[in-house]
Amino acid sequence: MNPGELLGEWLATRLPLDSVDWLGTVVGLVRAAPTDRPLYLAIGEVARRVPKQPLAPTEAELLAAAASRPGWDPRDWTLDQAARVRLLLASTADGAVLSRRLDTLCSAADVGELVAFYRGLPLYPDPPRHALRAAEGVRSNMRVVFEAVAHRNPYPSEHFAESAWNQMVLKALFVGTRLDLIAGLDARANPGLARMLSDYAHERWAASRPVSPELWRCVGPFAAGSVLDDFRRLLERGTEIEKQAAALALATAEDAGAQALLAAHAALAETVRTGRLDWESLATAGT
Amino acid sequence: MRFIDPHIHMSARTTDDYERMAAAGIVAVIEPAFWLGQPRTSVGTYVDYLSSLVGWERFRASQFGIRHYCTIGLNSKEANNEALAEQVLDVLPLFLAKEGVVAVGEIGYDDQTEAEDKYYRAQLALAKELDLPVQVHTPHRDKKRGTARSMDVALEMGLEPGRVVIDHNNEETVADVLDRGFWAAFTLYPQTKMGNERMVEIARRYGSTRVFIDSSADWGKSDPLAVPKTARLMLERGIPREDVEAICYGNALAVFGQDGRMQESDWLAPQPLDQRDLYQGNSVLRGQAPQVDGLPVIPERVESALIE
Repeated sequence: MNPGELLGEWLATRLPLDSVDWLGTVVGLVRAAPTDRPLYLAIGEVARRVPKQPLAPTEAELLAAAASRPGWDPRDWTLDQAARVRLLLASTADGAVLSRRLDTLCSAADVGELVAFYRGLPLYPDPPRHALRAAEGVRSNMRVVFEAVAHRNPYPSEHFAESAWNQMVLKALFVGTRLDLIAGLDARANPGLARMLSDYAHERWAASRPVSPELWRCVGPFAAGSVLDDFRRLLERGTEIEKQAAALALATAEDAGAQALLAAHAALAETVRTGRLDWESLATAGT
Repeated sequence: MRFIDPHIHMSARTTDDYERMAAAGIVAVIEPAFWLGQPRTSVGTYVDYLSSLVGWERFRASQFGIRHYCTIGLNSKEANNEALAEQVLDVLPLFLAKEGVVAVGEIGYDDQTEAEDKYYRAQLALAKELDLPVQVHTPHRDKKRGTARSMDVALEMGLEPGRVVIDHNNEETVADVLDRGFWAAFTLYPQTKMGNERMVEIARRYGSTRVFIDSSADWGKSDPLAVPKTARLMLERGIPREDVEAICYGNALAVFGQDGRMQESDWLAPQPLDQRDLYQGNSVLRGQAPQVDGLPVIPERVESALIE
Protein backbone atom coordinates (compact mmCIF):
# COMPACT_ATOMS: atom_id res chain seq x y z
CA MET A 1 0.00 0.00 0.00
CA ASN A 2 1.20 3.52 -0.67
CA PRO A 3 1.36 6.07 2.17
CA GLY A 4 -1.93 7.74 1.18
CA GLU A 5 -3.78 4.43 1.31
CA LEU A 6 -2.14 3.54 4.62
CA LEU A 7 -3.27 6.85 6.12
CA GLY A 8 -6.79 6.19 4.86
CA GLU A 9 -6.81 2.74 6.42
CA TRP A 10 -5.46 3.92 9.78
CA LEU A 11 -8.02 6.71 9.93
CA ALA A 12 -10.87 4.36 9.02
CA THR A 13 -10.11 2.18 12.04
CA ARG A 14 -9.85 5.10 14.45
CA LEU A 15 -12.37 7.79 13.54
CA PRO A 16 -16.05 7.89 14.48
CA LEU A 17 -18.29 6.65 11.67
CA ASP A 18 -19.58 10.05 10.59
CA SER A 19 -16.00 11.34 10.29
CA VAL A 20 -15.05 8.32 8.19
CA ASP A 21 -18.01 9.00 5.91
CA TRP A 22 -17.13 12.66 5.64
CA LEU A 23 -13.48 11.91 4.85
CA GLY A 24 -14.47 9.35 2.23
CA THR A 25 -16.77 11.86 0.56
CA VAL A 26 -14.26 14.71 0.48
CA VAL A 27 -11.42 12.46 -0.68
CA GLY A 28 -13.61 11.55 -3.66
CA LEU A 29 -14.49 15.20 -4.14
CA VAL A 30 -10.92 16.52 -4.19
CA ARG A 31 -9.83 13.69 -6.53
CA ALA A 32 -12.42 14.66 -9.10
CA ALA A 33 -12.38 18.42 -8.59
CA PRO A 34 -11.40 20.66 -11.48
CA THR A 35 -10.58 23.50 -9.04
CA ASP A 36 -8.62 23.82 -5.78
CA ARG A 37 -11.58 25.10 -3.77
CA PRO A 38 -12.90 21.77 -2.41
CA LEU A 39 -9.40 20.82 -1.21
CA TYR A 40 -8.90 24.14 0.57
CA LEU A 41 -12.30 23.97 2.29
CA ALA A 42 -11.82 20.32 3.28
CA ILE A 43 -8.35 20.95 4.73
CA GLY A 44 -9.82 23.71 6.90
CA GLU A 45 -12.87 21.68 7.87
CA VAL A 46 -10.70 18.85 9.20
CA ALA A 47 -10.41 20.98 12.36
CA ARG A 48 -14.07 20.33 13.16
CA ARG A 49 -14.47 16.85 11.63
CA VAL A 50 -11.41 14.97 12.87
CA PRO A 51 -10.23 14.91 16.49
CA LYS A 52 -6.69 15.96 17.41
CA GLN A 53 -5.99 12.70 19.23
CA PRO A 54 -2.66 10.96 18.67
CA LEU A 55 -2.62 8.57 15.74
CA ALA A 56 -0.72 6.19 18.04
CA PRO A 57 0.33 3.73 15.33
CA THR A 58 0.93 0.12 16.37
CA GLU A 59 4.31 -1.55 15.86
CA ALA A 60 2.88 -3.31 12.80
CA GLU A 61 1.65 -0.02 11.39
CA LEU A 62 5.04 1.61 11.92
CA LEU A 63 6.64 -1.28 10.04
CA ALA A 64 4.11 -0.88 7.25
CA ALA A 65 4.91 2.85 7.12
CA ALA A 66 8.65 2.23 6.81
CA ALA A 67 8.03 -0.47 4.20
CA SER A 68 5.85 1.87 2.18
CA ARG A 69 8.26 4.79 2.38
CA PRO A 70 11.69 4.06 3.88
CA GLY A 71 12.43 6.33 6.82
CA TRP A 72 8.81 7.42 7.31
CA ASP A 73 8.11 7.50 11.06
CA PRO A 74 4.56 8.69 11.89
CA ARG A 75 4.69 7.85 15.61
CA ASP A 76 4.09 11.49 16.65
CA TRP A 77 1.32 12.17 14.15
CA THR A 78 -2.20 13.05 15.18
CA LEU A 79 -5.46 12.06 13.48
CA ASP A 80 -6.16 15.52 12.08
CA GLN A 81 -2.65 15.71 10.64
CA ALA A 82 -3.08 12.31 9.01
CA ALA A 83 -6.41 13.44 7.51
CA ARG A 84 -4.90 16.61 6.05
CA VAL A 85 -1.99 14.79 4.45
CA ARG A 86 -4.42 12.13 3.20
CA LEU A 87 -6.45 14.84 1.46
CA LEU A 88 -3.40 16.51 -0.02
CA LEU A 89 -2.05 13.22 -1.40
CA ALA A 90 -5.45 12.30 -2.79
CA SER A 91 -5.74 15.62 -4.62
CA THR A 92 -2.97 14.87 -7.13
CA ALA A 93 -0.07 12.59 -8.01
CA ASP A 94 1.70 15.37 -9.88
CA GLY A 95 4.60 16.89 -7.91
CA ALA A 96 4.28 20.28 -9.61
CA VAL A 97 0.55 20.57 -8.89
CA LEU A 98 1.07 19.43 -5.32
CA SER A 99 3.87 21.94 -4.83
CA ARG A 100 1.69 24.79 -6.09
CA ARG A 101 -1.21 23.76 -3.82
CA LEU A 102 1.15 23.36 -0.90
CA ASP A 103 2.44 26.91 -1.44
CA THR A 104 -1.11 28.28 -1.44
CA LEU A 105 -2.10 26.23 1.58
CA CYS A 106 1.00 27.24 3.54
CA SER A 107 0.45 30.89 2.68
CA ALA A 108 -2.89 30.67 4.51
CA ALA A 109 -2.20 28.01 7.14
CA ASP A 110 -2.64 28.01 10.88
CA VAL A 111 -0.11 26.36 13.17
CA GLY A 112 -1.81 22.96 13.22
CA GLU A 113 -2.05 22.86 9.44
CA LEU A 114 1.58 23.84 8.99
CA VAL A 115 2.66 21.01 11.26
CA ALA A 116 0.64 18.55 9.17
CA PHE A 117 1.95 19.84 5.83
CA TYR A 118 5.59 19.68 6.95
CA ARG A 119 5.22 16.25 8.50
CA GLY A 120 3.91 15.08 5.14
CA LEU A 121 7.08 16.18 3.30
CA PRO A 122 8.57 12.68 2.83
CA LEU A 123 5.33 11.48 1.23
CA TYR A 124 4.85 13.98 -1.58
CA PRO A 125 5.54 13.04 -5.20
CA ASP A 126 8.73 14.35 -6.82
CA PRO A 127 10.57 14.86 -3.47
CA PRO A 128 13.42 17.19 -4.56
CA ARG A 129 10.84 19.74 -5.69
CA HIS A 130 9.85 20.46 -2.07
CA ALA A 131 13.29 21.35 -0.65
CA LEU A 132 12.57 25.12 -0.60
CA ARG A 133 9.26 24.50 1.15
CA ALA A 134 11.07 22.39 3.75
CA ALA A 135 13.69 25.10 4.28
CA GLU A 136 10.84 27.59 4.79
CA GLY A 137 9.52 25.38 7.60
CA VAL A 138 12.94 25.45 9.25
CA ARG A 139 12.79 29.26 9.18
CA SER A 140 9.52 29.31 11.13
CA ASN A 141 9.40 31.19 14.39
CA MET A 142 6.94 28.65 15.75
CA ARG A 143 8.79 25.83 17.39
CA VAL A 144 6.26 23.10 16.63
CA VAL A 145 6.47 23.97 12.94
CA PHE A 146 10.24 23.78 12.99
CA GLU A 147 10.02 20.43 14.74
CA ALA A 148 7.60 19.10 12.12
CA VAL A 149 10.44 19.36 9.60
CA ALA A 150 13.33 18.52 11.92
CA HIS A 151 12.04 15.66 14.09
CA ARG A 152 11.41 12.07 12.95
CA ASN A 153 11.31 13.29 9.38
CA PRO A 154 13.65 11.70 6.81
CA TYR A 155 13.22 14.55 4.32
CA PRO A 156 15.96 16.96 5.50
CA SER A 157 18.73 14.37 5.64
CA GLU A 158 17.77 13.17 2.16
CA HIS A 159 17.30 16.50 0.41
CA PHE A 160 18.97 19.34 2.29
CA ALA A 161 22.22 20.74 0.96
CA GLU A 162 24.93 20.97 3.60
CA SER A 163 24.32 24.65 4.40
CA ALA A 164 20.57 24.08 4.93
CA TRP A 165 21.27 21.00 7.02
CA ASN A 166 23.75 22.85 9.23
CA GLN A 167 21.32 25.73 9.73
CA MET A 168 18.64 23.29 10.82
CA VAL A 169 20.84 21.63 13.45
CA LEU A 170 22.06 24.98 14.75
CA LYS A 171 18.52 26.29 14.91
CA ALA A 172 17.41 23.20 16.85
CA LEU A 173 19.89 24.25 19.54
CA PHE A 174 18.78 27.89 19.36
CA VAL A 175 15.14 27.04 19.98
CA GLY A 176 16.07 24.54 22.68
CA THR A 177 14.71 21.41 21.07
CA ARG A 178 16.17 17.89 21.01
CA LEU A 179 18.78 16.84 18.47
CA ASP A 180 18.41 13.10 18.95
CA LEU A 181 15.03 13.14 17.16
CA ILE A 182 16.61 14.51 13.96
CA ALA A 183 16.73 11.68 11.41
CA GLY A 184 20.20 11.15 9.92
CA LEU A 185 21.97 13.33 12.49
CA ASP A 186 25.17 11.24 12.63
CA ALA A 187 25.22 10.40 8.93
CA ARG A 188 25.10 14.08 7.97
CA ALA A 189 27.77 15.27 10.45
CA ASN A 190 30.38 17.42 8.71
CA PRO A 191 33.43 19.56 9.62
CA GLY A 192 31.65 22.84 8.79
CA LEU A 193 28.86 22.03 11.24
CA ALA A 194 31.37 20.98 13.90
CA ARG A 195 33.11 24.35 13.56
CA MET A 196 29.82 26.30 13.78
CA LEU A 197 28.77 24.35 16.86
CA SER A 198 32.05 24.88 18.64
CA ASP A 199 31.82 28.63 17.90
CA TYR A 200 28.28 28.63 19.20
CA ALA A 201 29.32 26.92 22.43
CA HIS A 202 31.98 29.61 22.96
CA GLU A 203 29.40 32.33 22.38
CA ARG A 204 27.11 30.77 25.00
CA TRP A 205 29.93 30.35 27.50
CA ALA A 206 30.93 33.99 27.03
CA ALA A 207 27.37 35.03 27.86
CA SER A 208 27.23 32.69 30.88
CA ARG A 209 24.42 30.71 29.26
CA PRO A 210 24.10 26.94 29.37
CA VAL A 211 25.20 24.83 26.40
CA SER A 212 23.14 21.81 25.40
CA PRO A 213 25.16 18.64 25.97
CA GLU A 214 23.72 17.29 22.70
CA LEU A 215 25.72 19.91 20.79
CA TRP A 216 28.88 17.85 21.14
CA ARG A 217 27.44 14.89 19.31
CA CYS A 218 28.01 16.54 15.91
CA VAL A 219 31.42 17.88 16.96
CA GLY A 220 32.78 14.53 18.19
CA PRO A 221 33.69 12.93 14.83
CA PHE A 222 35.85 15.96 13.99
CA ALA A 223 37.28 16.58 17.46
CA ALA A 224 40.94 17.49 17.00
CA GLY A 225 43.33 20.38 17.61
CA SER A 226 41.96 23.37 19.52
CA VAL A 227 38.46 21.85 19.80
CA LEU A 228 39.99 19.34 22.22
CA ASP A 229 40.26 22.23 24.68
CA ASP A 230 36.45 22.42 24.64
CA PHE A 231 36.25 18.75 25.53
CA ARG A 232 38.91 19.13 28.19
CA ARG A 233 36.87 21.92 29.74
CA LEU A 234 33.74 19.71 29.73
CA LEU A 235 35.53 16.72 31.21
CA GLU A 236 37.19 18.74 33.93
CA ARG A 237 34.65 21.41 34.82
CA GLY A 238 31.37 20.28 33.27
CA THR A 239 28.24 18.95 34.90
CA GLU A 240 27.79 15.20 35.09
CA ILE A 241 25.72 15.23 31.92
CA GLU A 242 28.29 17.38 30.11
CA LYS A 243 31.02 14.93 31.05
CA GLN A 244 28.96 12.06 29.70
CA ALA A 245 28.23 13.98 26.49
CA ALA A 246 31.93 14.72 26.02
CA ALA A 247 32.77 11.06 26.46
CA LEU A 248 30.06 9.92 24.02
CA ALA A 249 31.23 12.46 21.46
CA LEU A 250 34.93 11.69 21.80
CA ALA A 251 34.21 8.00 21.29
CA THR A 252 33.32 8.83 17.67
CA ALA A 253 36.54 10.77 17.01
CA GLU A 254 39.26 9.43 14.74
CA ASP A 255 41.93 11.83 15.95
CA ALA A 256 44.56 10.18 18.16
CA GLY A 257 44.62 13.16 20.54
CA ALA A 258 40.88 12.91 21.02
CA GLN A 259 41.09 9.22 21.73
CA ALA A 260 43.87 9.81 24.23
CA LEU A 261 41.80 12.46 25.99
CA LEU A 262 38.91 10.02 26.39
CA ALA A 263 41.22 7.24 27.53
CA ALA A 264 42.51 9.54 30.27
CA HIS A 265 39.02 9.50 31.80
CA ALA A 266 38.86 5.75 32.25
CA ALA A 267 35.59 5.43 34.17
CA LEU A 268 33.63 7.50 31.64
CA ALA A 269 35.28 5.75 28.72
CA GLU A 270 34.16 2.48 30.22
CA THR A 271 30.48 3.49 30.50
CA VAL A 272 30.55 4.51 26.85
CA ARG A 273 32.33 1.32 25.75
CA THR A 274 29.81 -0.91 27.52
CA GLY A 275 26.86 0.97 25.99
CA ARG A 276 25.48 2.19 29.32
CA LEU A 277 25.29 5.74 27.96
CA ASP A 278 23.44 6.92 24.91
CA TRP A 279 22.37 10.24 23.37
CA GLU A 280 18.69 9.62 23.83
CA SER A 281 18.97 9.36 27.61
CA LEU A 282 21.18 12.47 27.65
CA ALA A 283 18.64 14.37 25.54
CA THR A 284 15.82 13.52 27.93
CA ALA A 285 17.83 13.83 31.15
CA GLY A 286 17.21 17.55 31.51
CA THR A 287 13.51 17.44 30.69
CA MET B 1 -14.24 37.42 36.67
CA ARG B 2 -13.27 36.24 33.19
CA PHE B 3 -13.56 38.35 30.08
CA ILE B 4 -13.76 38.00 26.34
CA ASP B 5 -12.92 40.92 24.08
CA PRO B 6 -14.88 39.96 20.96
CA HIS B 7 -13.48 42.74 18.78
CA ILE B 8 -9.83 43.72 19.07
CA HIS B 9 -7.11 44.10 16.44
CA MET B 10 -4.22 42.45 18.27
CA SER B 11 -1.92 42.54 15.23
CA ALA B 12 -1.53 46.24 15.96
CA ARG B 13 -0.84 45.77 19.67
CA THR B 14 2.26 45.02 21.71
CA THR B 15 3.27 42.21 24.03
CA ASP B 16 2.80 44.64 26.95
CA ASP B 17 -0.87 44.76 26.00
CA TYR B 18 -1.12 40.99 25.96
CA GLU B 19 0.44 40.80 29.43
CA ARG B 20 -1.90 43.39 30.89
CA MET B 21 -4.94 41.84 29.24
CA ALA B 22 -4.12 38.39 30.61
CA ALA B 23 -3.52 39.84 34.08
CA ALA B 24 -6.87 41.66 33.94
CA GLY B 25 -8.67 38.37 33.28
CA ILE B 26 -9.15 38.37 29.50
CA VAL B 27 -9.15 34.70 28.44
CA ALA B 28 -10.14 35.01 24.79
CA VAL B 29 -10.18 37.58 22.01
CA ILE B 30 -11.73 37.77 18.57
CA GLU B 31 -9.79 39.70 15.94
CA PRO B 32 -11.93 40.81 13.02
CA ALA B 33 -10.26 41.21 9.66
CA PHE B 34 -10.19 44.93 8.96
CA TRP B 35 -8.08 47.47 7.09
CA LEU B 36 -4.65 48.54 8.27
CA GLY B 37 -5.16 52.30 8.51
CA GLN B 38 -4.20 52.71 4.87
CA PRO B 39 -5.57 50.79 1.90
CA ARG B 40 -3.85 47.65 0.65
CA THR B 41 -2.79 47.68 -2.98
CA SER B 42 -2.72 43.98 -3.82
CA VAL B 43 -4.37 40.70 -2.95
CA GLY B 44 -1.00 39.32 -1.81
CA THR B 45 -0.80 41.64 1.17
CA TYR B 46 -4.40 40.77 1.96
CA VAL B 47 -3.66 37.04 1.95
CA ASP B 48 -0.65 37.61 4.22
CA TYR B 49 -2.82 39.60 6.61
CA LEU B 50 -5.59 36.99 6.79
CA SER B 51 -2.98 34.30 7.17
CA SER B 52 -1.41 36.12 10.11
CA LEU B 53 -4.83 36.18 11.80
CA VAL B 54 -5.19 32.39 11.69
CA GLY B 55 -1.48 31.70 12.15
CA TRP B 56 1.06 33.96 13.76
CA GLU B 57 -1.23 36.20 15.81
CA ARG B 58 -3.07 33.21 17.23
CA PHE B 59 0.23 31.67 18.21
CA ARG B 60 1.47 34.95 19.68
CA ALA B 61 -1.66 35.29 21.83
CA SER B 62 -1.25 31.74 23.11
CA GLN B 63 2.15 32.70 24.51
CA PHE B 64 0.34 34.98 26.94
CA GLY B 65 -2.36 32.50 27.84
CA ILE B 66 -5.01 34.13 25.68
CA ARG B 67 -7.13 32.21 23.16
CA HIS B 68 -7.26 34.03 19.85
CA TYR B 69 -10.09 33.69 17.35
CA CYS B 70 -10.79 35.75 14.28
CA THR B 71 -13.45 36.70 11.80
CA ILE B 72 -12.55 36.69 8.13
CA GLY B 73 -13.87 39.01 5.46
CA LEU B 74 -13.40 41.95 3.14
CA ASN B 75 -13.94 45.20 5.03
CA SER B 76 -16.23 47.91 3.74
CA LYS B 77 -13.51 50.50 3.11
CA GLU B 78 -11.49 48.25 0.84
CA ALA B 79 -14.62 46.95 -0.90
CA ASN B 80 -14.44 50.22 -2.81
CA ASN B 81 -11.35 49.03 -4.70
CA GLU B 82 -13.30 46.62 -6.90
CA ALA B 83 -10.31 45.09 -8.68
CA LEU B 84 -8.87 44.15 -5.29
CA ALA B 85 -12.24 43.21 -3.84
CA GLU B 86 -12.91 40.61 -6.55
CA GLN B 87 -9.60 38.89 -5.85
CA VAL B 88 -10.09 38.99 -2.08
CA LEU B 89 -13.50 37.38 -2.46
CA ASP B 90 -11.81 34.51 -4.32
CA VAL B 91 -9.36 33.79 -1.49
CA LEU B 92 -11.85 33.97 1.40
CA PRO B 93 -12.83 30.26 1.09
CA LEU B 94 -9.20 29.41 1.75
CA PHE B 95 -9.65 30.81 5.27
CA LEU B 96 -13.30 30.57 6.26
CA ALA B 97 -13.38 26.87 7.21
CA LYS B 98 -10.30 27.07 9.41
CA GLU B 99 -10.02 26.41 13.11
CA GLY B 100 -10.28 29.64 15.07
CA VAL B 101 -12.43 31.38 12.44
CA VAL B 102 -15.71 32.07 14.20
CA ALA B 103 -17.60 34.29 11.74
CA VAL B 104 -17.52 36.27 8.52
CA GLY B 105 -16.47 39.78 9.52
CA GLU B 106 -16.15 42.60 9.94
CA ILE B 107 -18.23 43.44 6.92
CA GLY B 108 -20.87 46.06 6.18
CA TYR B 109 -20.99 49.69 5.15
CA ASP B 110 -18.64 52.63 5.46
CA ASP B 111 -19.67 55.28 2.90
CA GLN B 112 -22.66 53.14 1.88
CA THR B 113 -21.54 53.00 -1.76
CA GLU B 114 -22.77 50.58 -4.42
CA ALA B 115 -19.52 48.62 -4.27
CA GLU B 116 -19.82 48.26 -0.50
CA ASP B 117 -23.35 46.97 -0.93
CA LYS B 118 -22.27 44.46 -3.59
CA TYR B 119 -19.51 42.90 -1.48
CA TYR B 120 -21.54 43.01 1.72
CA ARG B 121 -24.21 40.94 -0.03
CA ALA B 122 -21.68 38.56 -1.59
CA GLN B 123 -20.19 37.86 1.82
CA LEU B 124 -23.57 37.37 3.47
CA ALA B 125 -24.20 34.72 0.81
CA LEU B 126 -20.86 33.11 1.64
CA ALA B 127 -21.75 33.09 5.35
CA LYS B 128 -25.02 31.38 4.55
CA GLU B 129 -23.33 28.81 2.30
CA LEU B 130 -20.69 27.92 4.90
CA ASP B 131 -23.09 28.29 7.85
CA LEU B 132 -21.07 30.96 9.67
CA PRO B 133 -22.29 33.80 11.91
CA VAL B 134 -21.70 37.36 10.72
CA GLN B 135 -20.05 40.32 12.44
CA VAL B 136 -21.28 43.61 11.00
CA HIS B 137 -19.36 46.87 11.17
CA THR B 138 -21.75 49.82 11.18
CA PRO B 139 -20.70 53.14 9.65
CA HIS B 140 -19.49 56.18 11.60
CA ARG B 141 -21.32 58.56 9.28
CA ASP B 142 -25.07 58.39 8.71
CA LYS B 143 -24.99 55.74 11.39
CA LYS B 144 -28.65 55.25 12.16
CA ARG B 145 -29.64 54.73 8.54
CA GLY B 146 -26.55 52.62 7.81
CA THR B 147 -27.34 50.35 10.75
CA ALA B 148 -30.95 49.86 9.66
CA ARG B 149 -29.81 49.12 6.12
CA SER B 150 -27.24 46.58 7.35
CA MET B 151 -30.03 44.67 9.07
CA ASP B 152 -32.45 44.99 6.14
CA VAL B 153 -29.93 43.52 3.73
CA ALA B 154 -28.93 40.72 6.11
CA LEU B 155 -32.58 39.66 6.39
CA GLU B 156 -33.07 40.04 2.65
CA MET B 157 -30.12 37.70 2.07
CA GLY B 158 -31.74 35.09 4.30
CA LEU B 159 -29.60 35.40 7.44
CA GLU B 160 -31.21 34.73 10.81
CA PRO B 161 -30.90 37.76 13.12
CA GLY B 162 -29.72 35.44 15.92
CA ARG B 163 -26.61 34.70 13.83
CA VAL B 164 -25.73 38.33 13.13
CA VAL B 165 -23.84 40.71 15.42
CA ILE B 166 -24.39 44.41 14.78
CA ASP B 167 -21.32 46.17 16.17
CA HIS B 168 -20.46 49.76 17.16
CA ASN B 169 -23.94 50.60 18.47
CA ASN B 170 -24.89 53.71 20.42
CA GLU B 171 -27.93 55.10 22.22
CA GLU B 172 -29.57 55.88 18.89
CA THR B 173 -29.31 52.44 17.31
CA VAL B 174 -29.62 49.97 20.16
CA ALA B 175 -33.41 49.76 20.49
CA ASP B 176 -33.94 49.00 16.81
CA VAL B 177 -31.20 46.32 16.78
CA LEU B 178 -32.56 44.53 19.84
CA ASP B 179 -36.19 44.82 18.72
CA ARG B 180 -35.36 43.08 15.46
CA GLY B 181 -33.63 40.16 17.22
CA PHE B 182 -30.01 40.93 16.28
CA TRP B 183 -27.11 40.96 18.75
CA ALA B 184 -26.02 44.45 19.79
CA ALA B 185 -22.33 45.03 20.44
CA PHE B 186 -20.91 48.27 21.83
CA THR B 187 -17.40 49.50 21.26
CA LEU B 188 -15.65 51.33 24.10
CA TYR B 189 -13.26 53.47 22.14
CA PRO B 190 -12.05 56.86 23.35
CA GLN B 191 -13.47 59.89 21.52
CA THR B 192 -14.98 58.29 18.41
CA LYS B 193 -17.33 55.61 19.76
CA MET B 194 -18.72 54.89 23.24
CA GLY B 195 -17.38 56.00 26.60
CA ASN B 196 -17.92 53.56 29.44
CA GLU B 197 -20.07 55.78 31.64
CA ARG B 198 -22.58 55.90 28.81
CA MET B 199 -22.28 52.11 28.58
CA VAL B 200 -23.24 51.71 32.23
CA GLU B 201 -26.46 53.60 31.56
CA ILE B 202 -27.21 51.49 28.49
CA ALA B 203 -26.73 48.34 30.56
CA ARG B 204 -29.05 49.76 33.20
CA ARG B 205 -31.71 50.57 30.64
CA TYR B 206 -31.51 47.60 28.24
CA GLY B 207 -30.21 44.82 30.50
CA SER B 208 -27.98 42.08 29.20
CA THR B 209 -30.06 40.16 26.65
CA ARG B 210 -28.10 40.04 23.37
CA VAL B 211 -25.93 42.95 24.55
CA PHE B 212 -22.14 42.81 24.82
CA ILE B 213 -19.10 45.06 24.66
CA ASP B 214 -15.70 45.16 22.98
CA SER B 215 -12.69 47.48 22.75
CA SER B 216 -12.02 47.49 18.98
CA ALA B 217 -8.51 48.46 20.09
CA ASP B 218 -6.26 48.81 17.06
CA TRP B 219 -3.48 51.02 15.72
CA GLY B 220 -5.32 54.15 16.87
CA LYS B 221 -5.41 55.58 20.37
CA SER B 222 -7.56 52.94 21.98
CA ASP B 223 -7.69 50.78 25.09
CA PRO B 224 -7.17 47.01 25.12
CA LEU B 225 -8.43 46.92 28.72
CA ALA B 226 -11.74 48.53 27.82
CA VAL B 227 -13.76 45.38 28.61
CA PRO B 228 -12.39 44.71 32.14
CA LYS B 229 -12.37 48.44 32.94
CA THR B 230 -16.00 48.78 31.93
CA ALA B 231 -16.92 45.64 33.87
CA ARG B 232 -15.37 47.23 36.92
CA LEU B 233 -17.28 50.46 36.40
CA MET B 234 -20.56 48.62 35.88
CA LEU B 235 -20.09 46.66 39.10
CA GLU B 236 -19.15 49.81 41.02
CA ARG B 237 -22.27 51.54 39.75
CA GLY B 238 -24.63 48.79 40.72
CA ILE B 239 -25.22 46.78 37.56
CA PRO B 240 -26.06 43.22 38.73
CA ARG B 241 -23.14 40.85 38.54
CA GLU B 242 -24.89 38.35 36.26
CA ASP B 243 -25.60 41.13 33.77
CA VAL B 244 -21.97 42.23 33.83
CA GLU B 245 -20.82 38.66 33.22
CA ALA B 246 -23.19 38.27 30.30
CA ILE B 247 -22.17 41.61 28.75
CA CYS B 248 -18.43 41.07 29.19
CA TYR B 249 -18.13 37.32 28.61
CA GLY B 250 -21.16 35.09 28.22
CA ASN B 251 -22.99 36.76 25.35
CA ALA B 252 -19.99 36.95 23.02
CA LEU B 253 -19.39 33.28 23.70
CA ALA B 254 -23.07 32.49 23.08
CA VAL B 255 -23.25 34.12 19.66
CA PHE B 256 -19.80 33.27 18.27
CA GLY B 257 -19.76 29.84 19.90
CA GLN B 258 -23.22 28.69 18.80
CA ASP B 259 -21.80 26.11 16.36
CA GLY B 260 -18.92 25.02 18.60
CA ARG B 261 -16.30 27.04 16.72
CA MET B 262 -15.44 28.67 20.04
CA GLN B 263 -16.11 26.96 23.35
CA GLU B 264 -15.37 27.57 26.98
CA SER B 265 -13.36 24.34 27.20
CA ASP B 266 -10.89 25.87 24.70
CA TRP B 267 -9.47 27.94 27.55
CA LEU B 268 -10.75 26.17 30.67
CA ALA B 269 -9.69 22.65 29.68
CA PRO B 270 -7.58 22.73 26.52
CA GLN B 271 -6.85 19.38 24.90
CA PRO B 272 -3.40 18.22 25.96
CA LEU B 273 -2.32 18.17 22.33
CA ASP B 274 -3.46 21.75 21.83
CA GLN B 275 -0.93 22.75 24.40
CA ARG B 276 1.86 21.55 22.15
CA ASP B 277 1.16 24.67 20.14
CA LEU B 278 1.63 26.82 23.18
CA TYR B 279 4.76 28.49 24.30
CA GLN B 280 6.92 25.94 26.12
CA GLY B 281 3.84 23.80 26.63
CA ASN B 282 2.38 26.07 29.26
CA SER B 283 -1.30 25.87 30.01
CA VAL B 284 -3.44 28.75 28.85
CA LEU B 285 -4.38 29.50 32.42
CA ARG B 286 -0.78 30.08 33.44
CA GLY B 287 -0.36 33.04 35.72
CA GLN B 288 -3.98 33.92 35.40
CA ALA B 289 -5.72 32.46 38.43
CA PRO B 290 -9.11 33.84 37.40
CA GLN B 291 -10.77 35.72 40.20
CA VAL B 292 -14.05 34.44 41.43
CA ASP B 293 -15.09 37.36 43.57
CA GLY B 294 -14.31 41.02 43.87
CA LEU B 295 -13.67 43.70 41.29
CA PRO B 296 -11.54 43.08 38.19
CA VAL B 297 -7.94 44.06 38.73
CA ILE B 298 -6.53 46.57 36.28
CA PRO B 299 -2.83 45.86 36.37
CA GLU B 300 -0.08 48.44 36.27
CA ARG B 301 2.97 47.56 34.23
CA VAL B 302 5.68 45.94 36.32
CA GLU B 303 8.98 47.19 35.03
CA SER B 304 12.34 45.66 35.74
CA ALA B 305 15.73 47.18 34.97
CA LEU B 306 17.15 43.77 34.13
CA ILE B 307 17.21 42.47 30.56
CA GLU B 308 18.19 38.82 30.62
